Amino acid sequence: MVDLRTSFVGVKSPNPFWLASAPPTDRKTNVERAFRAGWGGVVWKTLGEAGPPVVNVSGPRYGAMHGPDRRLIAFNNIELITDRDLEINLQEIKQVKREWRDRALVVSLMVPCEEDAWKKILARVEETECDGIELNFGCPHGMSERGMGSAVGQVPEYIEMVTRWCKQHTRMPVIVKLTPNISDIRRPARAAHAGGADAVSLINTINSIMGIDLDKMTLDVDIGGKGTHGGMCGPAVKPIALSMVSEIARDKETAGLPISAIGGVTTWRDAAEFIALGAGNVQVCTAAMTYGFKVVQEMISGLSQYMERKGYASIEDFRGAAIPKVTDWQYLNLNYVVKAEINQDLCIKCGRCHIACEDTSHQAIWPRVDGVRKFVVNEAECVGCNLCVLVCPVEQCITLVHKTDGVDPRTGLPYSRPPGDWTKHPNNPAVGKQAAE
Amino acid sequence: MSSVAHTSHADIAAGRLDSERLKANFADLHPPLDPHEARIEAERCYFCYDAPCQQACPTAIDIPLFIREIAAGNSLGAAKTILDSNIMGGMCARVCPTEELCEEACVREMAEGKPVKIGPLQRYAVDAQMATGRHPFTRAPASGRRIAVVGAGPAGLACAHALAVAGHAVTMFDARAKVAGLNEYGIAAYKTPDDFAAREAAFILSVGGVETKTGVALGRDVSLETLTRDYDAVFLSLGLVGVNKLGLAGEDTLQNVRDAVAFIAELRQTRDLASIPIGRRVVVIGGGMTAVDAAVQSKRLGAEQVTIAYRRGIDDMKASAYERELAQTSGVTIRPWARPMALEGHDGAVSGVLFESAGAPFRLEADVVLVAIGQTGAPSGPAMQGAKIVVDEQRRTSLPKVWAGGDCVVGGLDLTVSAVEDGKRAARSIIAALG
Repeated sequence: MVDLRTSFVGVKSPNPFWLASAPPTDRKTNVERAFRAGWGGVVWKTLGEAGPPVVNVSGPRYGAMHGPDRRLIAFNNIELITDRDLEINLQEIKQVKREWRDRALVVSLMVPCEEDAWKKILARVEETECDGIELNFGCPHGMSERGMGSAVGQVPEYIEMVTRWCKQHTRMPVIVKLTPNISDIRRPARAAHAGGADAVSLINTINSIMGIDLDKMTLDVDIGGKGTHGGMCGPAVKPIALSMVSEIARDKETAGLPISAIGGVTTWRDAAEFIALGAGNVQVCTAAMTYGFKVVQEMISGLSQYMERKGYASIEDFRGAAIPKVTDWQYLNLNYVVKAEINQDLCIKCGRCHIACEDTSHQAIWPRVDGVRKFVVNEAECVGCNLCVLVCPVEQCITLVHKTDGVDPRTGLPYSRPPGDWTKHPNNPAVGKQAAE
Repeated sequence: MSSVAHTSHADIAAGRLDSERLKANFADLHPPLDPHEARIEAERCYFCYDAPCQQACPTAIDIPLFIREIAAGNSLGAAKTILDSNIMGGMCARVCPTEELCEEACVREMAEGKPVKIGPLQRYAVDAQMATGRHPFTRAPASGRRIAVVGAGPAGLACAHALAVAGHAVTMFDARAKVAGLNEYGIAAYKTPDDFAAREAAFILSVGGVETKTGVALGRDVSLETLTRDYDAVFLSLGLVGVNKLGLAGEDTLQNVRDAVAFIAELRQTRDLASIPIGRRVVVIGGGMTAVDAAVQSKRLGAEQVTIAYRRGIDDMKASAYERELAQTSGVTIRPWARPMALEGHDGAVSGVLFESAGAPFRLEADVVLVAIGQTGAPSGPAMQGAKIVVDEQRRTSLPKVWAGGDCVVGGLDLTVSAVEDGKRAARSIIAALG
């Protein structure tokens, strides 16, 4: 039997699937429905400081990019932090935590960049007996214009400062949520680490305009004739999130810093991929907003099946297993040679591999053999780029075969050569310089 | 309908079904795709290189391109792509045996046995164009050249359109009262409801430059000599004017033995389907599309027993597998290996057909016998092979200034789509010849 339980910065949860701080975690009724469906934890929708309630637009606040079958590929929003009264939220958080002791309940926070404001809210949140806090330094719309959210997350010094205040004023674990709207994710992560953060969570949403209405010449998400950028999430952002998670996981300064991964987690597989890159758990929003809370049941079952198949007893057994496989381009083995191979039994003769290669790559796939429509790889031209594999509509029809015997007709070099990367390559000017010095 | 009174031996009656039922039976065989369905189906297309579907299309429509245009929400662009190659793309989308042409070649057919629905997608695009009420082509400046097109069926219309677009002045003759040939007179009603044949012809001719003269028959009202004298070029698209005969006694004398082509024409031209007399037991002799169209429509008009009797095996039938299935699911029985031996009569009306099958005789009772064993041409002038005109690649006949195409020429598939291709090629050749 596999054990999906996790302890993330000391916060225990029956499984690694948490709902991210977002509309689904805005209130007790929703959170309880989520827990009943099986979610391991939630990060309560971001609370702001006491005072007049936050005001949202009354026009549309969500946008999306669809596949042709209306499958949601990406989602975005311009909703602000919670617009419910602080006291009601605190009361509900306390009630929920009391009734759901086995679930993780973390509270997301965003108040102005003043120590006193943070001190005040931390005291109030602590009273709820929740498991921890997450600092919302990511929200890229609305609140950022008021000097909060991503406006903080884009300045590493602020991140460090606010994180330090929080660590000073509360005993609760502090998770810092990072914005991807920066050039190098390692810098805010290092800042959070320096400020004493127990963990980081990422990614928050990406600045985005989902489309233009070409008749009205407005944004797709049109609020009375005007629109603004929102924060994008959903399946399309997963590759960006994976990369950013991997950067933090393998950075010398932040390696080992717990990561709660966020970004397009839709099935168990997405979650497992983030865990393989070191995440201690995952946070989900878009999948739930698209299909409802029940999706967690597929995630739990899928992850369990996978771990059983692989012989992993717990998340820790494979967490981070893929991190050592991530490296910089300069360390890639340039002597590893693959060639495309087309399985003629599976080929349906659409010719997409040919035309993609012919028009845009290396002219390495013949469209005809003896005048008959047949697609065959020309090894003498194939650079193993993978384009044909990716455009082929048939799974496993085209594969890249690792060549070890004989000579590469493209380069005239033997297929089997000792590994060699750019740092030692004769064409690398730095190598020549070193030799000369 | 047992309530129909027997006034004679032959049980023939009009109005076997009420009008609601008839309306349903003769409604569109395939309802059009809605925009969402079209987009989903269009996305199934792989946009193949050197696409097999396009190679299989007699008019070589750039199918991957028009489907991609539909997927991108550009239906009118898709229509232009279709009509550039096949001005009768609307009708072809409805009547083409796509399962033997583009859809058979579709790589999805090979991959999963479910080709992209090219026919319905083509209809979707052309319907969108026709709904605008605009014509997507404009004519070149007038050339001063005059061309006669004889026969206003698919080949004639396609040729006339291409010539008109090139700036030539076309006079199009047809013996019948309406244009569009077999589209108007010879195809099952449920394949082209809502007067589509006439609407499409009007759409094609709306480009201008074509004067239509109906009720004018070659050989009766006008001669080929006159036409070649008066016009710079002549295109013959006469179709098939005669029908093959069974060669059995009683064929011309017994009542209720009819040629299926005439039956379908009558049905297509009626304003009230309930007025068409229909036998209780109908035997259709033949194995082509016309046999199926006649049989299925008989059934849909309320005939109780409809049998298609064909002298050879199922796979020899010219009707496609899809058409045969349509017949069978419509309740028509197909009897292969049934060679007609004799027509039986009673009181001057047909009462049954005697067949021979594998050496053994059998008979089918019949109130009506419809003969659908092929049509034949009968023009005179250009060199012929049998009853058909001999043409070259460019659709030139043996006579100078005379081109021909469609069902009246040797070769070809006897399909709307191949007739359109003939008209297109002849027009190209005429345009080149006229300089």
